Amino acid sequence: MAFFALKNVTKSFGGLVAVKTVSYEVQPGQIAAMIGPNGAGKSTAFNLVTGLYVPTSGEIEFNGQSIGGKKPDFVCKLGIARTFQNIRLFAFMTAVENVMAGRHVRMGAMLWDSLLHTPKQRAEERHVREKAMELLRFVKLERHADDYAHNLPYGFQRRLEIARALASDPTLLLLDEPAAGMNPREKEDLMELIRAIRDRGTTVFLIEHDMGLVMNISERIAVLDHGEKIAEGTPAEIRADSRVIEAYLGKSA
Amino acid sequence: MLHWKKYRPIDWALVAIAVFMPFLPLVDHNGGHINVLVNAGIYMMLAIGLNIVVGFAGLLDLGYAAFFAIGSYTYAMVASPQFGLHFSFWPMVLISAFVAAIFGVILGAPTLRLRGDYLAIVTLGFGEIVPQTFLNLAKYTGGPNGISAIDQPKLFGYHFGLNPLPYYYLVLVLIAFSLIVANNLRTSRLGRAWMAIREDEIAAAHMGINTTTAKLAAFSLGASFSGLSGVVNASLLTLVSPDQFKFNVSITVLSMLVLGGMGSLPGVVVGSALLSILNFFILPQASNLAATVGLHIDFTSYRFMLYGIILVAVMLFKPEGLWGSEQRRAELKESDITKAENAEYEEMPRETV
Amino acid sequence: MELFIQQVINGLSLGGIYALIALGYTMVYGIIELINFAHGDVYTLGSFFSIAIIGLLDASGRLHGVPLLLVLAVALAGSMILCGIVGVLLERLAYRRLRNAPRLAPLITAIGASFILENIMQLWRGPSPIPFPSVVPNVTWHFGGVNLSSNEVLVVVMALFLMAVLQIFIYNTRLGKAMRATAQDRDAAQLMGININMTIALTFFIGSALAGVGGFVSGIYYGSTWFYNGFEAGLKAFTAAVLGGIGNVAGAMLGGFVIGMVESLTAGFISDQWATVAVFLLLVLVLIFRPSGLLGEVLPDKV
Ligand SMILES: Nc1ncnc2c1ncn2[C@@H]1O[C@H](COP(=O)(O)OP(=O)(O)OP(=O)(O)O)[C@@H](O)[C@H]1O
Ligand SMILES: [Mg+2]
Repeated sequence: MAFFALKNVTKSFGGLVAVKTVSYEVQPGQIAAMIGPNGAGKSTAFNLVTGLYVPTSGEIEFNGQSIGGKKPDFVCKLGIARTFQNIRLFAFMTAVENVMAGRHVRMGAMLWDSLLHTPKQRAEERHVREKAMELLRFVKLERHADDYAHNLPYGFQRRLEIARALASDPTLLLLDEPAAGMNPREKEDLMELIRAIRDRGTTVFLIEHDMGLVMNISERIAVLDHGEKIAEGTPAEIRADSRVIEAYLGKSA
Repeated sequence: MLHWKKYRPIDWALVAIAVFMPFLPLVDHNGGHINVLVNAGIYMMLAIGLNIVVGFAGLLDLGYAAFFAIGSYTYAMVASPQFGLHFSFWPMVLISAFVAAIFGVILGAPTLRLRGDYLAIVTLGFGEIVPQTFLNLAKYTGGPNGISAIDQPKLFGYHFGLNPLPYYYLVLVLIAFSLIVANNLRTSRLGRAWMAIREDEIAAAHMGINTTTAKLAAFSLGASFSGLSGVVNASLLTLVSPDQFKFNVSITVLSMLVLGGMGSLPGVVVGSALLSILNFFILPQASNLAATVGLHIDFTSYRFMLYGIILVAVMLFKPEGLWGSEQRRAELKESDITKAENAEYEEMPRETV
Repeated sequence: MELFIQQVINGLSLGGIYALIALGYTMVYGIIELINFAHGDVYTLGSFFSIAIIGLLDASGRLHGVPLLLVLAVALAGSMILCGIVGVLLERLAYRRLRNAPRLAPLITAIGASFILENIMQLWRGPSPIPFPSVVPNVTWHFGGVNLSSNEVLVVVMALFLMAVLQIFIYNTRLGKAMRATAQDRDAAQLMGININMTIALTFFIGSALAGVGGFVSGIYYGSTWFYNGFEAGLKAFTAAVLGGIGNVAGAMLGGFVIGMVESLTAGFISDQWATVAVFLLLVLVLIFRPSGLLGEVLPDKV
């Protein structure tokens, strides 16, 4: 059984087939990427994985379990966390509260504990706050712990979203265009961060338009075009693939 | 974490008033005043409960009075000559709160996946159905006359009777309890989940928050407060009837929240206190005053005009309410600043998620 | 059987009134996704305006000189225009500022506006029922045990006629097209040079004017009204709008008739007391199980 695999996954919206019988496998410990022109179906694929959409057909496997069509909270609990292409932070919560909210699924406080603030609940809250601060340090945002998320610059918001996703201790992290809106300097930091995440033991699967970044950090790349996977391989293989070049050039020509 | 500097003089004034409340009857011996305060206190409890639903979880419940009705009738049916049952008051406080919570789950479960505005209307529908049902099931509920001669509490052999004073202290204790519990909820795992849902339900679900369960918890916890207030209300009035639980009640409580600040506990206290002062003191006094100069206007029958103006004016000009947080203000306004910041990003290819 | 036919007739005329109100809900929701909670009160205002206008013409002794039909036409037109203006004012004062706020904010102001309107009417004419001048002769025809009155015919014909006019307006005129464009995509419509504020105001005007018609005919039909009339009627009409598929004109009409039937059949075959409960139960069930309504398309969630 694969760690994570899409198997002949298809998603259609009415007449439009956004993802067409796509299969792709990610190995544990990898940094894997998915690229493709705008509207290729990349985000839709992520949304299928995290349960925002139900696949029209096909299977999604994670740790030996079929997760296609399962609810987002269930998928998160299994160990898949994500960020969003259009940042979806809790805008009017502080950075540290955002990360603490990301920890929700690993917390044990029951209704009773929340009502009465039992000692167990207090200890857990303390621990979760510490853990959140640690993650903020990890993404270098500790100085902004008490700032509202919506007051942070874009690059910071992207990193905060990553910290929030990591709070649920995922074994697979999906990043949807993490470098969008970042300057070259921030992109450098991001690459370092992504590697550090992988080194912590979290497999990373990302969507990205920035070819420099993708080719630099990914071990394996899938290319989507019009919903179909047209190529898969190492960065070097992808760079040399004529269909890929055609998909990209064909667009601009 | 306490940041003492954050507190303004007016915050301290609020604390001082709260501390003074238990001693008020020593100064003011007017039973009528105390009675009014008990009524105001019952509304405050309702407001604290509705705040969990509307303020914390962001679900606009327009039928909150239904649970007040359920709590009141639950106690009335088992502690009155209606069925010849005379259950003791104290356990019934908990049981009625529990019954109301169960109804919160029953009415909430099918509705909570609806969009916000549809949810509001469905709860309004329930709010109309429940008292109408109590009215129609005359065999059990006494129909339009309701149930009367409801038992009053006894504590260590002491009968509450018609003296409002013991009710005053009962309500004070219950309010203090409610505030503590509500504040605990706010600063807990569940409270954070509610806040997350309010801000972005999809993102919240991706944090592993089961949004349906969390909303249901808000709905039924809110309902339980209402059920609790219902028991006190029924025993105080010794009478329940369907017309006590009209849409008006739900709107009165909602106006209290909006005025004080949805989601803010001091806001709820201030908002409900202010509206009760208006309701029970200012409007009747104004009518009396008008009568002395020969004008026969009953200002109290226009209180809903004031509620309407409060709802409109506050939402338009100060959506966070009199005592709401800056955070809430930004949230309810979707400020232009945020939009300008976003503009840069919007240039980039846009799509769904 | 006779009872059944009779209740169907009653239901159709009730439904005609609900349909006229429902059109306003559906148009406003279609364009700015707001449940205009005060709309039911605009409908009651329609009855109040009609009564006032007829009273005015009568008091000045002109009613006897002027043909009845003209009086009615003036009352109807006056009610439509005044209600239309109230609707536009509502939008301008209570809703426009909140167009980009979270959806619940304008809903709360709408509830506030509803209470304000109700109390204004209470201040104006007091809390008791107000009789509608019985200027229209009501002819009743008997078919066996079934009665059909000219008023009932009037309500249904009026509702159907106005729906047809509205359909033609929306689908065949420039303004109608602007409304549909705005409903579909406000930003795009603006880019195409459509004046959004004007279009939304127009939607409120038309919707409220139709409620004015509703108020006029319901006055004739019931013979009286009171300031709180719009609360329940408004909720039922909203149910009708949702049942028909919100945003859909023909659907609002269909929904109105269905709601009217449910109410009158429950009243006829179960009991009066349960009629309102039945309608609200239907409201709850429709919103829960088929929020897109009977004629609405089931669209995938826009995320
Ligand atoms: N909820 C939806 N309903 C209808 N169509 C959708 C929906 N979500 C996505 N689509 C369509 O599916 C196609 C693929 O969209 P998707 O967002 O997956 O592309 P993408 O590869 O992520 O593009 P980009 O690089 O621009 O983010 C697009 O044509 C899009 O319009
Ligand atoms: Mg995308």
